[in-house]
Amino acid sequence: MTRRRSALYIAAEVLTPLLIVIGVLIFTNGSAGFYFPPLQDVLVAFQRNWLFDRFGTDILPSLGRLFAGYLIAVVLGVALGVLLGHVRWLRRQMSPIIEFLRAIPPPALLPFTIIAIGVDSSAKIALIAFICIWPVLLNTMDGIAGIEPTIKDTGIVYRIRGRDSLLFVELRAASPQIFAGMRTALPLALILMVISEMVASTNGIGYFVIQSQRTFAIADMWSGIVLLGVLGYLLNLIFTLIERRALSWYLGARATTR
Amino acid sequence: MTTPLRTERPPSAAARAVRRILHALGSLGGVVVVLLLCELLIRVGVLPGRFLPPPSVVLLTLATELTTPAPWLAMLDTLRGWAFGLGIATAIALPLGLLLGSNELAYRALRPVIEFLRPVPSVALVPLVFLLFSYDLGDGKIFLAAFASTWPLLVQTIYGVRNVLPVQIDTARSFHIPSFDVATRVVLPSAIPFIATGFRIASTVSLILVLTGEIVINAGGVGEAINAAREGSQVALMYAYVILAGLLGILINLVFRAIEHRALHWHPSHRVVAA
Amino acid sequence: MLKLAGISKRYGSAETGTLAVKDLTFEIDDREVVTIVGPSGCGKTTVLKLMAGLLRPTEGTIELDGVPVTRPPEQIALVFQDYSASLYPWMKVADNVAFPLRRKKLSRADRDARVSRALSSVGLADFADRYPWQLSGGMQQRVAIARGLAYQPRILLMDEPFGALDAQTRADLEDLVLRVREEFDVTIIFVTHDIDESVYLADRVLVMGPRPTFIDVDLAVDLPSPRDQIVTKDTPEFSHLRAEVYRRIKASSLAMAAAGTAPEPH
Repeated sequence: MTRRRSALYIAAEVLTPLLIVIGVLIFTNGSAGFYFPPLQDVLVAFQRNWLFDRFGTDILPSLGRLFAGYLIAVVLGVALGVLLGHVRWLRRQMSPIIEFLRAIPPPALLPFTIIAIGVDSSAKIALIAFICIWPVLLNTMDGIAGIEPTIKDTGIVYRIRGRDSLLFVELRAASPQIFAGMRTALPLALILMVISEMVASTNGIGYFVIQSQRTFAIADMWSGIVLLGVLGYLLNLIFTLIERRALSWYLGARATTR
Repeated sequence: MTTPLRTERPPSAAARAVRRILHALGSLGGVVVVLLLCELLIRVGVLPGRFLPPPSVVLLTLATELTTPAPWLAMLDTLRGWAFGLGIATAIALPLGLLLGSNELAYRALRPVIEFLRPVPSVALVPLVFLLFSYDLGDGKIFLAAFASTWPLLVQTIYGVRNVLPVQIDTARSFHIPSFDVATRVVLPSAIPFIATGFRIASTVSLILVLTGEIVINAGGVGEAINAAREGSQVALMYAYVILAGLLGILINLVFRAIEHRALHWHPSHRVVAA
Repeated sequence: MLKLAGISKRYGSAETGTLAVKDLTFEIDDREVVTIVGPSGCGKTTVLKLMAGLLRPTEGTIELDGVPVTRPPEQIALVFQDYSASLYPWMKVADNVAFPLRRKKLSRADRDARVSRALSSVGLADFADRYPWQLSGGMQQRVAIARGLAYQPRILLMDEPFGALDAQTRADLEDLVLRVREEFDVTIIFVTHDIDESVYLADRVLVMGPRPTFIDVDLAVDLPSPRDQIVTKDTPEFSHLRAEVYRRIKASSLAMAAAGTAPEPH
């Protein structure tokens, strides 16, 4: 690739977002209407709300529920997935139920949790955990059950078993798949956090956004939407970094066996 | 020195079919056990029956409800929203994906934008949708579904197009095949497996967003029915509709997995390697 | 030391299963190098897996020093054919070699000493900190061998370990096997389909018959030691032995083809 070409690409990469921002600025300052306030108003509202006034009252509770629910789902999902991965008859019996539960679109379970558990934080955590557990569980189960026979035979010959086998062999061998499950579960956790706060909450980012909408504080509403966007992006980024670190051996091995 | 090997008679087609049915039924054993267990525990009072009616009651309610037009109309409403959402996403994501996948400049220009907007939770737009589409929330849920399902389809299409082996494009070009034909008859077919995966993901996402719209801002369909049942304290009815939502999810998932499987069966990653 | 008597192995049920091994009987003494060779698909790997305890025989007994073998014996190590699948890609080379030693309750110093000795013997002392997938195929197999050696077994089983490698690498590794037997004082049972290899390495060659397999002939190899890839292979004794083995295998292959038992991958 010529240097002129690559310079062109880099220019495009940098300029396009810039142009879009300018475009949005012009659009919202013109005749965009009441529901699309000027960009600068939204940015001002963003700073006013989230840096750092409402950090403790809204961001922390939201993130707290998100992480608690997600982590519970990961721990339980991996634990149960390991169990099901080992015991074939159990796996066969439980599979239809798990597949059904996993196919229920997450929002459909929201009303159920409202009735069953209520509207407080633990209810939201439970909902997030309940939904996020399935992709992790299924992927862990597949990962453990699908470990190469040669690896299993190696374990038999060299008498590797119990804790050593689980921690150093099985979980590591299945980790690419486990991470794939965790990656699927992350946006689900975020979605549920938001909608549970929109429907039944007294604090949190989702609550703030819907309240702003109800009171027609449009710039505030947009500031909440932007915050959620930033959160989504950051969570994804952090996850990718962690995954890359944990699976560095897998990425390396795959690259060389291409 | 050699003993003649006993050859097996292959089982008849009927025997094979019976074996397959028994196998499928066998894996349902767990379902039956769990349902019976729940029934017992709820009736005895171990599990709270106040918000968790016994499976028999729920199934009866479901069966009764299905004799009325209401659930069918609700499902139709939801499916309509889902289909339109997916359709709009397709109309945007496929051409755009083809363009970005084949044109390096366009790809590099828009990549940061896509990478930033992709992880944004579409549910964040629900309040906005409520304001903009207050005249017809049905349109609002279509907008949500379309917005959300565009991303996975777009990303997969770009990925699929970029993964076409350059040698295949070069071969076509060396025969002076016009660009449009190269795009539609070489690039597109090669990218179809990835696009099929994109459809599978997008179809699930579309359903999730449609239901979110229905539940959070009462935009009709199965979601609103769930809400209505909850507000009217008709707990068994609520579960019946949740089951319907689940069945819709399973149905859509099965259909698109089957499509993906057909599209992928020639792809190296799906080929069973001859030992 | 290792005694197999009347071993047979059937896969599947009594009426419809396939008989893979029929009435196998032989003995292996300490410090022998025994090669097992036979027509493709005759069941050589099955025999090896039976010896390693990965499979249970349908009939017959396996005894190690007079003690019946019912589970994988502690004193046996196995080098698999598929080295890329049997080495752990998430562990470095040294960690792979050290891993089976965890159970042995050695001191850290002892363990490290065994690992470095094993890696030096196979010529990979400088690669201890690499990952297996960073090494070539031949080097990966050497790591697998080092792992077996560090384990300090009495018997080292090797399942067509060099089948996937090129001829030059194979020759180097064959000599490595011979060196290792001297250095570690270990019995080696080596399954191969390469006739030259089977004669070059062996004190005894067990030529297997067609499926259901058995011992067709037990050839003593009287070639001088130490073996050399050029000199030894040039002797008339070598040609004679290899011709004999080839003759047997060819006859078996034809018999298998006639009986309709096409070679299956195991």
